[in-house]
Amino acid sequence: MKDTEATLDRSELEGASPGGRSPTAMALRRLFRSHTAVAGLAITGVLVVTGLLAPWIAPHEYWRISREAVMQAPGAIPGHALGTDELGRDVLSRLVYGAQISLLLGVGATGVAVVLGVIVGAVSGYFGGWLDSLLQRVTDTFMAMPTMLVAISVTAIMERPTLASLFLIMGFLSWTTVSRVVRGQVLSLRENDYAVAARSLGAGDGRILFRHLLPNCMGPIVVLATLLVAGMILFEAGLSFLGLGVQPPYPSWGRMLLDAKPYMEESPWLMVYPGAAIVLTVLGLNFFGDGLRDAFDPRMKV
Amino acid sequence: MGTYVLRRLLLVLPVLLLVSFIVFSLSYLMPGDPARLLMGQSADEETLALKRAELGLDRPFPAQYAAYLGKLVRGDLGISYAKKGKGVGEIVGEAFAVTARLAVMATLVSVVFGIAAGVLAAVRPYSWVDYGSMLLALLGVSLPVFYLGYLLIVFVARNIGLSTAGFDDQNVWTQFKSLLLPSLALGALSTAIVARLTRSTMIEILGQDYVRTARAKGLSEAAVVLKHALRNAAVPIVTVVGANLGGLLVGAVLTETVFSLPGLGREVVQAIFQRDREVIAGGVLFMSVIFVVVNLLVDLTYAFFDPRVRLE
Repeated sequence: MKDTEATLDRSELEGASPGGRSPTAMALRRLFRSHTAVAGLAITGVLVVTGLLAPWIAPHEYWRISREAVMQAPGAIPGHALGTDELGRDVLSRLVYGAQISLLLGVGATGVAVVLGVIVGAVSGYFGGWLDSLLQRVTDTFMAMPTMLVAISVTAIMERPTLASLFLIMGFLSWTTVSRVVRGQVLSLRENDYAVAARSLGAGDGRILFRHLLPNCMGPIVVLATLLVAGMILFEAGLSFLGLGVQPPYPSWGRMLLDAKPYMEESPWLMVYPGAAIVLTVLGLNFFGDGLRDAFDPRMKV
Repeated sequence: MGTYVLRRLLLVLPVLLLVSFIVFSLSYLMPGDPARLLMGQSADEETLALKRAELGLDRPFPAQYAAYLGKLVRGDLGISYAKKGKGVGEIVGEAFAVTARLAVMATLVSVVFGIAAGVLAAVRPYSWVDYGSMLLALLGVSLPVFYLGYLLIVFVARNIGLSTAGFDDQNVWTQFKSLLLPSLALGALSTAIVARLTRSTMIEILGQDYVRTARAKGLSEAAVVLKHALRNAAVPIVTVVGANLGGLLVGAVLTETVFSLPGLGREVVQAIFQRDREVIAGGVLFMSVIFVVVNLLVDLTYAFFDPRVRLE
């Protein structure tokens, strides 16, 4: 990631290639030629649609308790394709609404993390000096602390965390990667000719940073954000699994796994489906994120 | 090298100070009355007030934090209120012994399986072996550790007759058996990371001139891959394994919960549920120190082998 100049040279060359396609168009072509990236996009699309249309897709309300249909195996009684849980709630409906929660928290927390990371990274890389040293020590601190434990400590202090407080907590503990990447980019970009030219024309710090430098960091930021959504969904599932994430009656996949724990031997479907939903979603987002990275910046390939 | 070591050590101090401040603030804000936790439900209000004064809990925040730092400097992590005054240092030490074993075993898992999968994939790139192992690696990145743990308990443990009821520390063999499945669950993510890195590094190295020379000399393919290529891939792999170790030591929270292992992560989670302030603070602080120290050691090793790092 440090050799940004080389990357720029290459994209300039591609921009001048026959046919005159823009680098973005070329990257999109690369993206859609990758089977895994398209598969990832498809899975992510299904998740988004499921989340948005949950009330219309789910066959039942997620909270509807039924004493007649407790712990029914998948397909055992009509109307409950994936079975029912220990309170007789429809597993499929809870999974569908769970997609909504995962999506909301994944995107919301990622938004918080990206905004924080970009601000800290840009300020750190652009101004340098003592401010950079200070912010880097703060970043080190947040990297050193066990995220999951700090998160559950905060939720324990709040007694009953709301959705908004959850994504604030998760975002606040996950901005370090973004800030490191943005700082590195800004550090190398600010010495570029166009940044120097803008400065010599009298552009202020804010203008150089927001109009000239940050737009050139968008590629890595978008890639990181996609992968962060996957990380956040895992984070939320872990928190809920410890009982401190999304509170009932909201159905969260992690919470469903926690509730399934006592019954995992005799009713394994209660844990298999929510787990599979998490794996599939995270896999899809990782596929898509990797594809984006390979398409927009093959040099970032690990 | 001397100045580099010194500079890195000096950078660690403000980080640890900041961690201690955050951790203490969190434990200070925890609801619940430590005196009540220590004395039990039957204690009357007067005794509790006396106890609070004795513990210094009636003093303002800065004074309490200063007192905490003073104790930290002397290596005193305080006492557990829920465990009737047992030393936090002792609790953390006992629990970390379990977590450390788990993390070391998970690291072994990731080294053995990760390097094997990466080498196999790199030797035949774009073959079904390559696609298969990279798909497994992506699965490893996407599987939540607690879900993998469940699947191992329900579908594997019973079939091979392995008990998953906590940690049996009778002897080395029982310890190994108790940690086998947990270390597989915990090590899956690092295995995937090591596999992907080994693959890409090996593919790059196998295209080098000296590898062609080795082949031209008539060396067997095994000798070329294992002696000439893998040895040169070792430095980045070892760096990543080291960097992962820090994450494994603190990331064992969920694994320990699923497998009911009395490790540090689970200990702190229980302390959070019981509002046992000093165990929370001491445990989280200890984990942060471990993370910082492990990463420092990895960086120093790296700087030792690659002089360019020192000049940065």
